[in-house]
Amino acid sequence: MKKLLTVSILGLAIAAGSAQARDYDHVRFGVDVPYEPMEYRTPEGELTGFDIDLGNALCAEIGITCEWIEQEWDGIIPGLLSRNYDAIMSSMTINDERRETVLFSDPYITPPSAWFAPADSSLDETTKDTLDGKTIGVQRGTLQDNYVTDMYGDVASISRYSTADDMVLDMQAQRLDIVFLDFPVGKSTLLDSESRDYKVVGETITEPKEYFGDGFGIAFRQRDEALAERFNEALATLQEDGTYDEIFERYFGEE
Amino acid sequence: MEWFNALLAGNRIFTPNTIGFYWEGLVTTTQLVFLSLLVGLVLALPLAILRGSKHKWIKLPIYAFTYVFRGTPLLIQLYIIYYGVVFFDGIQETFLWPMLREAFYPALIAFTLNTAAYTTEIFHGAIKSTARGEIEAARAYGMSPGLTMRRIILPSAFRRALPAYGNEVIFMLHASAIASVVTLMDLTGAARFVYARYYAPFEAFLFAAAVYLCLTFAILFFFRYLEKRLLAHLRPQSG
Repeated sequence: MKKLLTVSILGLAIAAGSAQARDYDHVRFGVDVPYEPMEYRTPEGELTGFDIDLGNALCAEIGITCEWIEQEWDGIIPGLLSRNYDAIMSSMTINDERRETVLFSDPYITPPSAWFAPADSSLDETTKDTLDGKTIGVQRGTLQDNYVTDMYGDVASISRYSTADDMVLDMQAQRLDIVFLDFPVGKSTLLDSESRDYKVVGETITEPKEYFGDGFGIAFRQRDEALAERFNEALATLQEDGTYDEIFERYFGEE
Repeated sequence: MEWFNALLAGNRIFTPNTIGFYWEGLVTTTQLVFLSLLVGLVLALPLAILRGSKHKWIKLPIYAFTYVFRGTPLLIQLYIIYYGVVFFDGIQETFLWPMLREAFYPALIAFTLNTAAYTTEIFHGAIKSTARGEIEAARAYGMSPGLTMRRIILPSAFRRALPAYGNEVIFMLHASAIASVVTLMDLTGAARFVYARYYAPFEAFLFAAAVYLCLTFAILFFFRYLEKRLLAHLRPQSG
């Protein structure tokens, strides 16, 4: 009995070992949808967006297949660690806090964050005084959440949402005075929306780096260094041969 | 405070800051559950009495109310009340908006109506099962139906309903965990915040679970005490 146990444990260990050293020929991406224009569904239900197109192009360049698995934002890193998927490509900002848990690729885009408010709002700057007593909307667990919590948590009331959609809904319902979002997302969900008029309050924000990091990266499990390296090389190739610019134009081209 | 800071030293997740979140969450959860139970109970008492009425037009609407609120998930009721109300044009201009704007009141309304529906049925069942003989005895003493209800039926029905109502209170506490989906920072909301910020599901949720356990324990203890006092006459007498 004891021998059998030893053998089966050995077998398990070997199986686990080979799984670790696995060379990926199929990569599953975790993605939080919708987050226009980075990742969203077309009215026909097809998954699309800048991340999706770039991710697929990267996989094609490396010569592997890939698959997209939807996961809500606040569980997206735990999902990676528990092997529900192999990488996260979902507008994730690279920062030191996350680096402790995951391994990032080189940044593939650096979008700023921005404040959005109804066009008729009296807010024209975002200081502690002007936001005193206001209700700020953020998506839970995002770097915007961290920034707003630390900077304005003591004066304003902060509403945290699981998806950007819920937040936009409450903004339209006039439950929120102002929201803090990735600029491209705010632009396509609020500025370009037809229901009401919105405006950007103040400048777009990319500083300080400890909150806003170094741009968006693909996140991998710490031990998948080889995989991250392959994606970095592919990204460099796509940026050189113009494929990257083409995808960029598709989503951020026209002003 | 010294020992408290020493306890937290070197802990990445449980900083005074996050403990503060949990504390606020505990306060919100307690307020929400207590208020909804209180208002729900006040609503449920007359409803339970009228639910047993002989008149169809009194009985049926109450039955419809309890049927709808017991027959649909609380989460859906909360979504309808929180996100649904904003689709009434001009709701923002009414006197209701300052309340509906906050996440607290829609959650309070949903929880109150839900617990009122369950409590109505619990009390209705207890009233219905009053021993026939007690009522006949009251009649024989010349008590009016109102006096019979007040002196005889309600006190004994309340005692009989107590264990079931204690369960409803605990269910309500646990059901309140869904308040965080409409941005309310209750105990679960605080746990989700800590989880999302530090990527630590175990620590964040286990801590919240421990606090819920303590609350449940307090409620159990309270009802155990009530039952012991109010149902003393039902215990077998020794000696």
